[in-house]
Amino acid sequence: MLEEYWLFASERVMPGLNAALLVSARLIVPSALYGALLGVITGAIRVYGPKPVRRVADAYVSLFRGTPLVVQLYFWYFALPYIRVGGFAIVLDAMQASILGFALCSAAYQSEYIRGGLLSIRSGQIKAARALGMNPMQTVLHVVLPQAVRRALPGCGNEVVYLIKYSSLASIITVNELTGTARSIAKATFRPIEAYATVAVYYLLLVTLAVWLLRWLEDRMSIPGFERPRD
Amino acid sequence: MNFEKALRAIIDSLPYMLGGVWVTVGLIVGALALGFVLGVPLAVIQVYGRTLARRLVVLYVWLFRGVPILVLIFLFYFGILPHLGLDSAFLAGVIVLGLTSAAYQSQIFRGAIQSLPAGQLKAARALGMTDTQAISCIVLPQALRLSIPGWSNEFSILLKDSALVMVISVQEIMARTRSVAGRTHEPVAMALFAGVLFFILTWIGLRLLRGLERRVRIKGYSQEGSV
Amino acid sequence: MSVASQAKGQNQEILRVEKLNKSFGTNHVLKDATLTLRKGELKVLIGPSGGGKSTLLQCMNFLIPPDSGRIWLDGVEILGHKKRELYAYRQQVGMIFQDFNLFDHLSALGNVRIALTRVRGMSRKDATDRAMAELDRVGLAAKAGLYPAQLSGGQKQRVSIARALAMDPKVLLLDEPTSALDPELIGEVLAVVKDLATAGMTMIMATHQITFSAQLASEFVFMEQGAIIEHDSPAALLAPGACTRTKAFCAKINELTGEPV
Repeated sequence: MLEEYWLFASERVMPGLNAALLVSARLIVPSALYGALLGVITGAIRVYGPKPVRRVADAYVSLFRGTPLVVQLYFWYFALPYIRVGGFAIVLDAMQASILGFALCSAAYQSEYIRGGLLSIRSGQIKAARALGMNPMQTVLHVVLPQAVRRALPGCGNEVVYLIKYSSLASIITVNELTGTARSIAKATFRPIEAYATVAVYYLLLVTLAVWLLRWLEDRMSIPGFERPRD
Repeated sequence: MNFEKALRAIIDSLPYMLGGVWVTVGLIVGALALGFVLGVPLAVIQVYGRTLARRLVVLYVWLFRGVPILVLIFLFYFGILPHLGLDSAFLAGVIVLGLTSAAYQSQIFRGAIQSLPAGQLKAARALGMTDTQAISCIVLPQALRLSIPGWSNEFSILLKDSALVMVISVQEIMARTRSVAGRTHEPVAMALFAGVLFFILTWIGLRLLRGLERRVRIKGYSQEGSV
Repeated sequence: MSVASQAKGQNQEILRVEKLNKSFGTNHVLKDATLTLRKGELKVLIGPSGGGKSTLLQCMNFLIPPDSGRIWLDGVEILGHKKRELYAYRQQVGMIFQDFNLFDHLSALGNVRIALTRVRGMSRKDATDRAMAELDRVGLAAKAGLYPAQLSGGQKQRVSIARALAMDPKVLLLDEPTSALDPELIGEVLAVVKDLATAGMTMIMATHQITFSAQLASEFVFMEQGAIIEHDSPAALLAPGACTRTKAFCAKINELTGEPV
């Protein structure tokens, strides 16, 4: 039975999934990069920004963390074209809408970790830097950032792992990435267990690989007092 | 966009959408309960169990945390559950969300159990309690209290994930949003409305959990205090 | 520094503050504080907690900008609002904090070195040599590679002293350097302070270590409710029969710690 499954999976499922893997990668990588960049900016604004800007950033974060990602994707793909400003409307294709949705949502979560990292730096650290004659730029570069990045890294990395899994939602708005392709295969072959179990293995491998990479990175950057919390 | 028409669509669909809210509430109450019932023993096994049992729990958690919920929904609804004679989409939703939540909840409880000072278990054994008594009378009452903040977090994640069961046509908030939007051509208003409904549900749920936390609180006992 | 040059420079003014004031809201925490530090002397700030000692020290290098008052270093007035001048001034005024404030992400060596390379612009090799020399001076050369999380409180404070000394400060401000330490660790830090005093470092230190500082201090400065109430040599303030606030305060402290006056 296992042999029969393997034959089916390797002949009918995996070729399609291998091609879809590339589509998933083209979703995940840009979403993660834009998400991280926007997350760092938003996080910094939420800690150091002037009050009105901070309010706006806070509102953005609670809006995007408070609503399901499906609703957000649905909005960017189906609803956005209906918003007309002076006869103009933005129409995104499924891929663009997915990347926009993932990046904006991911950034909202990322900003939480960045914010936490920045807030975890005790005021004495900054005082000591100033007492040594450092200017604000030197203080941020050599004291604040090296500590904040280490504190934020586990959370931010986890967010990327989530992004890998939630990239499957793009299939709901018609992107044929891993999950969407598995769905087509399941429908065409009438063998859902084999199709979905195989794609589950693909995700497991991706997620596990990402977690390993993350651990390796954390261990490389680890110093006494900033250890990775053991689980 | 016609504001009046959008408002009309929301008002006309209100009873229908509120029906969806009850389906969503049913989904998350069922899934949280299933996740709790499975998550507590999983956590206890992972901390106190034999090596093999512990490994099985780790495997379970790895599987359910590594596979997207969407894939699990498809796998269970189209694949595994029909084999077991179950073809209710709602039930499939509760089962998948519940099994996933069990994996996450077990890690919340495990963290709480491990944060308790070792002296608690020692003192219980010194009084002649069996391990089962010590865990159920001493460890869990403390650990579950400490778990409430993490559990609140899990609730709001699960609430958002519950919208995914729209793909197997469970008539919860998001599925109904999509059908109303298709009928009225008001996707902007309906998407915003759905967002508001989820926002309100999150808020109510977190209020209830905070109330629970206050009710079961023991003076001077909190996560911060115990570490 | 030789004894002769120390004697010659004895009356040279290093740091002078005049009529420093600071309020937080309606709370007037520093009132017209005026004092002068001469080369090689150790002034000791004493008085009840919340009396303004820490505020005075932090105003002296603008970590807390004073509301009014003037500050001179080596006869040159320092204006707190000129950024570049302020950073240069702080490099010449070392500060030791009650809670050490070592940079948590840097080893002991890294802590001492960072301002040398980043602020002073020294080469990495020169900075390392200098930092090792300073760590050696406080007896911690063997611990250079350890991180703050791996050091005891006393060792952390000694590293923080080395970090300040590496900048060749003209004066050292010490804000209760032993208050956060367990009793058995206080001695090692006081020994370093004593060495510095003997070597002629100009210092002002807030502390509750009355007996220790009475032996070293050129002057006791007693602060209460934000104002300097009394200042004179320890011998004069604590003389038998003297009827001073300082003496009453010291008697109370020593009663608590069991030390004789």
